[in-house]
Amino acid sequence: MRCRHTGGYAPSAGTVTVAHMAGPDLHRYVLDNGLRVVLAPDSTSPVVGVSVHYDVGFRSEPEGRTGFAHLFEHLMFQGSESLEKLAHFRHIQGSGGTFNGSTHPDYTDYFEVLPSAALERALFLEADRMRAPKLTEENLANQIDVVKEEIRLNVLNRPYGGFPWILLPPVLYDTFPNAHNGYGDFVDLERATLDDCAEFFDTFYAPANAVLTIAGDVDIERARELIDAHFGDVPARQAPPRPSFAEPAPTGEKRGTHEDPHAPLPALAVGYRMPDPVGDLDGYLANLVLASVLADGDGSRLQQRLVHTDALVSDIGAGAGLFGPFEARDPDTFAITAVHPAEVSDAQILDAVDEELAKLASTPPDAEELAKVTARWTANLHSEHDRLISRTLGFGSFALLYDDPSLFYQLPERIGAVTADDVSAAAAALRPDARAVLVVAPANNGTEATE
Amino acid sequence: MTVAKTHRSAEEIGRTERGPRPLPGLGEQRAAAEFSVADTVLDNGLRVLAVRKATVPTVELRLRIPFGGTDPMHSARSEVLAETLLTGTERWDRVTIDTELALIGGELGTAVDPERLSISGSALADGLPTLLDVLADALTGASYAGNEVARERERLVERLAVARTQPRVIAREALQRRRYGDHPVTREMPQAEDVALVDPEQVRALHTASVLPRGSVLVLVGDVDPDTVIGQVTDALAGWASDAAATTLLPLPDLDGGDLHLVTRPGAVQSQIRLSAQAIGRTDPRYAALQLANLTYGGYFSSRLVENIREDKGYTYGAHSGFDFTGDSATLIVDADTASEVTAAALLETRYELARLGIVPPTAEEVESVRQYAIGSLLISTSSQGGLASQLAGLAGQGLDAEWLAEHPGRLAAVTADEVASAAIEFFAPARFTGVVVGDPDVVGAGLTALGGVVVP
Repeated sequence: MRCRHTGGYAPSAGTVTVAHMAGPDLHRYVLDNGLRVVLAPDSTSPVVGVSVHYDVGFRSEPEGRTGFAHLFEHLMFQGSESLEKLAHFRHIQGSGGTFNGSTHPDYTDYFEVLPSAALERALFLEADRMRAPKLTEENLANQIDVVKEEIRLNVLNRPYGGFPWILLPPVLYDTFPNAHNGYGDFVDLERATLDDCAEFFDTFYAPANAVLTIAGDVDIERARELIDAHFGDVPARQAPPRPSFAEPAPTGEKRGTHEDPHAPLPALAVGYRMPDPVGDLDGYLANLVLASVLADGDGSRLQQRLVHTDALVSDIGAGAGLFGPFEARDPDTFAITAVHPAEVSDAQILDAVDEELAKLASTPPDAEELAKVTARWTANLHSEHDRLISRTLGFGSFALLYDDPSLFYQLPERIGAVTADDVSAAAAALRPDARAVLVVAPANNGTEATE
Repeated sequence: MTVAKTHRSAEEIGRTERGPRPLPGLGEQRAAAEFSVADTVLDNGLRVLAVRKATVPTVELRLRIPFGGTDPMHSARSEVLAETLLTGTERWDRVTIDTELALIGGELGTAVDPERLSISGSALADGLPTLLDVLADALTGASYAGNEVARERERLVERLAVARTQPRVIAREALQRRRYGDHPVTREMPQAEDVALVDPEQVRALHTASVLPRGSVLVLVGDVDPDTVIGQVTDALAGWASDAAATTLLPLPDLDGGDLHLVTRPGAVQSQIRLSAQAIGRTDPRYAALQLANLTYGGYFSSRLVENIREDKGYTYGAHSGFDFTGDSATLIVDADTASEVTAAALLETRYELARLGIVPPTAEEVESVRQYAIGSLLISTSSQGGLASQLAGLAGQGLDAEWLAEHPGRLAAVTADEVASAAIEFFAPARFTGVVVGDPDVVGAGLTALGGVVVP
C-alpha cells in the first residue's frame, strides 16, 4: 500500500501558462527534408529536453506482426551508423542525462533530458538514428527476448495485466488496427524479420513523418544552427499517407470475458466510443470534463455512489483514452474501470453507472462541480509543465496530432469553457446499447506463494 | 511484410556515403540557480522547510511523521488511520474536504510504512492557506467516523488481496522476512485478518499517541515566499501540539550475508531475484563513493549488470541496484525479474558481476560516466517543484538539509577512482549478500540447486 489520494487527479498531459508565468515562447519551422521543429526555450533550470515523435504507432502495424511498432522502438536504441550497440545509452547517461522511448496507438516517441551542455550530443544521437539506424539480426533476436520479458513482467505474470488497454479494444472494435494487442503475441514477435524492420523504417521513419522538439535551457539561434548541422542532411523521403482507422460505432452492447489466473477479485471495464479527439476537440473536451465529474476525487459522482454509498466496488476510474488524454486520433475510447468483490454482480455495477449517467444527462452538473474540474486540470497542467520531460513530450505530441503545440497553453481556458449542457450531452451519449463490457474473471483465486 | 520490394535493405539503411561521424563534445554547463530556503523548528517541535521555486504557480507539500510501533497490530491500525485520516472532521465530511481541495486545484494523499506516515499534496499557490487549513483540521480533529472506518477497512482488505498477488509484493515481503525476521520493519502491509479487527477507537488512540509534530518534517516548495510560509504554517498548525515526540522505528540490525531462499510460486512464467547487503547512509563519508560504485554495478541503464543480463543476454527487461534507506543507514538491493528458464543463469551472472565489481574495479571511464550521471540526474530530478520537495523530504528524514543537497554535486565531483574501487570491494563482495528468489520450483529448482547458495524447499 503506497499511495492514496483523497483527490483523484485529472489524467495529465500538456501544460499551461497564466498571467504571472512567462508567456509561451514557441518557435516552429520545417526543415527542407520535411522535419517539423518545435523550440520552447525556458532558462529557469540549466537542463534541456529533446524528443522526436514519429507519426506511427501500433495501430499501423500489419496483421501477423502484432507488437512490431514497439519492438521496432527497442531496435532504434541498438545502434546507428556512428554509434555501436550500447553507445546511445552510454552517451546520454555519461553526459548526465536520462532517456526513454514509448509506443502509443498513433505515434512513437524518443526522448532525453540532459544538463544543457549536452544538447548537441542529444541532437547528434537522434539525427544519427533517424539517418542510419544499424538494424542487425543479433540485436533483433536480443530485443525480441527483452520485449518478451517486458510482456511477462507487465502482462502475463501479474494480476490485471493488460487491463484494460489490451483486453478492452477487441471487445469494442472490429478492425485489426483498433482491436489488436499492441504489445504483441509471442508468435508474431518471433516471426519478425530484419527485412520487416527495414521496410518499417523506410516507410514510417522519414523526417517528413516526424517532429523534433527542444524545450528548456536553449538559445534559439544556437539551436537552429545545431539542428541544421545534424538533421539538415537526413535525406528526404516521402511521408506515408496517413490511414483512416475509422470504423462504425457498436450498435448494441458487446460483451467479453477474460480469465485472469492471478487476479483475486473480478474487474470490469466499460468502453464507449467518443468524439474525434482532433476533428471535434470541443466534444472531446466535454468528455474529459465528464470523466472528472464522474470519477475524479471523493466528491465525484461514481466515487460517491459506487465506492462509498452503495459500496459496490473497491475502486473505480473513468477516463478519455486508454493511455490518458491526447494520445490518439479517431477512433478513441472512453473507459470506466472498476475492481469489485465477487459478491457484486456486473449488472449491479452497470445499473448504478447507467443511473448516474442518466442523472447527469437529465440534470446538468452545477457551477461548483465544473469549477472543481477546471481548477484541478489547471493545477495538474502546471505540474506537467514544471516537469521538463512532460513539457517536452507534450509540445511534441500536440504538434504531431494537432499541428499546434500551443494548444497546451489554451487547455485550461478551453476546459473552463465546457458548459454544463456539454457535459450533459456527453453523458447522454454513453449509451448502454452502444458499448463494450469486458469482465475480468479470477480463474485461480489468485496465485499462492509459499516459502 | 509486403511482396513488392520498395524499400532498402537493413544493411543499406545502416550506412551513408559520408560514413560514421564523430561524437560532439559537451558545452559549458551553467550551474543551477540557488534557491531561497527557510528551515526552522516551530514551538511544537515541527521542522518546516520552505523553498521558493516559482517555476509554475503551484506549491508542493510533503509532511513526514515518524510512525514506528512495536505492537503486532500497529501496521493494521496505521493503514486504517492512513486510509481515514482525510475522510472527515467535526467541521467537514469527506466530500467537503475533497471539494475544498478541488476548488484550489489541490490534492492530499496519505501513505504509511513501518518508518513513517507521509502526507503529500499540492495546490495552486494561491490556495496554500486552504491546503494548510485542510491539513491542520485533519491533524488536530480527524474524527474517524464509524462508517468511514468500516468502509475503508473493507476496501483495504480487498486491496491487500490484490496487492499480495503482485509478484513484486510477494518478493518484497519475502525479502523483508529473509532480511529482518519479525522486526517491525517487515510489516509494510498488514494482514487482512488484523485489519478486520481495527475499530475507530483504536485508530483515534493511535492518532493521539502518534500523529505528532515533534520530530516531524513539513516541506513546502513552490511559488511562495519562504518566510511568509513559515508564518502561515505557524498560524495554521498552532493547534497541533504535544510534549511527546513522534515515534521512530526500532533500529535495524546490520545485515549478514547468507543463502538465498527460494519462495515457490507454481506456474509462474517469470522469477523475481532479490539480493541485499548492508550499506551506509548518506552521512557516511564513503557514501558518494559507494553511490558511484552502485551506479556502475546496476544503478543505471549503462551499468555492468544491465549491459550483461539485458542487452547481451536478453534474460530480463529490467535489472536494478539501489539504496534502501532506513533511519540513518541503508542497504543495497539488487533486483531483476527473469524468465523462469533463465533464472539460474541470470543469478549466476548477477553474482559474477558482484564479484567482478570488486576484483576488476570500475575503470576511469566508468567512474566518469557514473559521476556525470549522478550529478546530472540530481540536477534534473530537482528541477521541478515536486521533485525537489520529495528529495528534501527524504533528506530531512535523515536530518539533512538543502545545503547537503546543494553540496552533493561537489562531493560526487571529488570522489576518486580509488575510493570507488574501495567501496566496490568492501560492499559488493558476493558473500555479504542475502536474499530470495520467487519462482516456479519445477522450472528453477534444479538450476538454483546446482548453482548453490540457494535453499530450495
